[in-house]
Amino acid sequence: MTGRQQAAAAAFLSVLAVLPAVADDFQLSVLALIFLFAYVGIAWNLMMGFAGQLSLGHALYFGIGAYTVAVLAGKYGITPWLGMPAAFALAAAAAALVGTLGFRFAVRGVYFALLTIAFSEFTRIAFEHWDFVGKTGGFFLRALGPDNRPLVSLRGGATFFYYALLVTMVLGWALSAALVSSRLGYYWRAVREDEDAARAIGVPAFRMKVAAAALSGGLTGIGGAWFGLLGGSLFPETVLGMRMSIDVIIAPIVGGLGSLYGPILGAFIVIPLNEFAKELAQHFNVNGLNFLIYGALLCAIVLFAPHGLWPPLARLLRLETRR
Amino acid sequence: MLELYANVVVGGLLLGAVYALIATGLNVIFGVMRMVNFAHGELVVVGMYTAYLFWKLTGLPALAALPIAAALLFVAGYAFQRLLANRFVEAGQHVQFILFIGVALMITGAHAIAFGPDPRPIQGAAGFDVYRAVFLRLDAVRTQAALFALALIAALWAWLKYTLTGKAIRAAADNLTGGRAIGIRIPHVFAIVAGLGFACAGAAGALVAPLFDTQPYLAGDFTMIAFIIVIVGGLASLPGALLGGLLIGVAEALAAALVAPSMKSLFSYALLALVILLRPQGLLGKRSALG
Repeated sequence: MTGRQQAAAAAFLSVLAVLPAVADDFQLSVLALIFLFAYVGIAWNLMMGFAGQLSLGHALYFGIGAYTVAVLAGKYGITPWLGMPAAFALAAAAAALVGTLGFRFAVRGVYFALLTIAFSEFTRIAFEHWDFVGKTGGFFLRALGPDNRPLVSLRGGATFFYYALLVTMVLGWALSAALVSSRLGYYWRAVREDEDAARAIGVPAFRMKVAAAALSGGLTGIGGAWFGLLGGSLFPETVLGMRMSIDVIIAPIVGGLGSLYGPILGAFIVIPLNEFAKELAQHFNVNGLNFLIYGALLCAIVLFAPHGLWPPLARLLRLETRR
Repeated sequence: MLELYANVVVGGLLLGAVYALIATGLNVIFGVMRMVNFAHGELVVVGMYTAYLFWKLTGLPALAALPIAAALLFVAGYAFQRLLANRFVEAGQHVQFILFIGVALMITGAHAIAFGPDPRPIQGAAGFDVYRAVFLRLDAVRTQAALFALALIAALWAWLKYTLTGKAIRAAADNLTGGRAIGIRIPHVFAIVAGLGFACAGAAGALVAPLFDTQPYLAGDFTMIAFIIVIVGGLASLPGALLGGLLIGVAEALAAALVAPSMKSLFSYALLALVILLRPQGLLGKRSALG
């Protein structure tokens, strides 16, 4: 990071750290959602932005993580502190499986993207028929009692989730920053730019792509786990559905692919816009107005800033990284 | 038993023919412009509402709305491609994805605003008619829909093969630079292709409107079915779309009869994953252009 970037990041984080002193619970819950989708956007971006592999089925990993933590806690009373690593492991394994199958058979580009959709939709339908997880009726966590200790159950009020997800987002960012400047990160970018050339100079492209998928999937699983803890209820349609896959990838695309800051900026734009659209629809009591507004905004963003909003903003604030 | 399965298979084939028309629209667009239309199912629903409104207002069979739905969506597709999507032909897949998702959400939102979330059934006069042949019982509405779908697919193939514009479209799909060099107006050709793709979806919508109760959120299912079909049959292959449509129609009908109706798409996705892994170009796919 440049000095100017460090100063900006420090200022940004200080503001976020003291914000709960002035914000109300609704604002905090929207911000927590922003942090959550910034975090999964960072995770998705590892695979797409840096390794160049388009996954349109990240709901699969999100949903696996959500169900893992919720089922372990709800059915067996296992703390999410242990559930989270399990969620990471299972989601990473699923992503590695999809990646291995896809990459081993040299499925590239749009075919790979559609393969990821196929796996996530397949899993959604399977979950909708699986008694163990409550089928379409959903899986519910017990309501919080008065003796709930947030640091044990990892569930709590708006302020708890605000800080928990802020920390998750910052950790996710730090991890992806470290990965990107590591050997792995350079291999990924080599594969992204020209896979055949990368292989010719000895980059183990297959292993690198599987590693990107597994890491991205595993981290997304942790995001899903938080989502389940936050809402307390899980439905296959919500956490494993196509709409979730879309929500995961919109923030990083709007913010800018292949940038460490893009997913965060994107989430700060996309989530409030979505909330705003929902509010408007409720206010005028018009079912569907939110889709209309949100869809129009998405079109406007790709029309006017197809490379994402971070590059122009970074130039404006003179925060761009020299390459 | 045999009778039952024969009827299930035939019912699947009939619906599969309409699926094939939907998938043909998706395939024409992908074959020429390499764009995946993620809003395709929404267009089918536009066709369904067109047919529903037509039936509601005139009392004539929904089938008669087919030319209206097709024409409406042709114009919409032409304008959409000319004014908006042509700028995205060279853009990354993820950017195109967001564009089409945006369009899809807008259409679904507009439908929900205009018609509400409730299903809109069409009670046609011929709703319970059946054609009988030996031990087969063919649902009249389904049979008509399948025949019209097949006729439209055949007409589109012939048009692409024999007319000058059709040849220009295939030339542009084969070699864009070459097409430009010999004076094909690419933006216009692309817009016509989008119009045709949209019109296929709209016509199919008019055909299925009496079979499914129209509601805004059906769109996602149609989009996914169309994807599965074009991958199974082969992206950009027109015969592939037909074969894939019939296969998926039968697979879904059998799965619904043998396992459970709500499980039917599970089989399609399994088939899809298998085809991608074993024969990624699809059953009839070639690695090249529209054929």
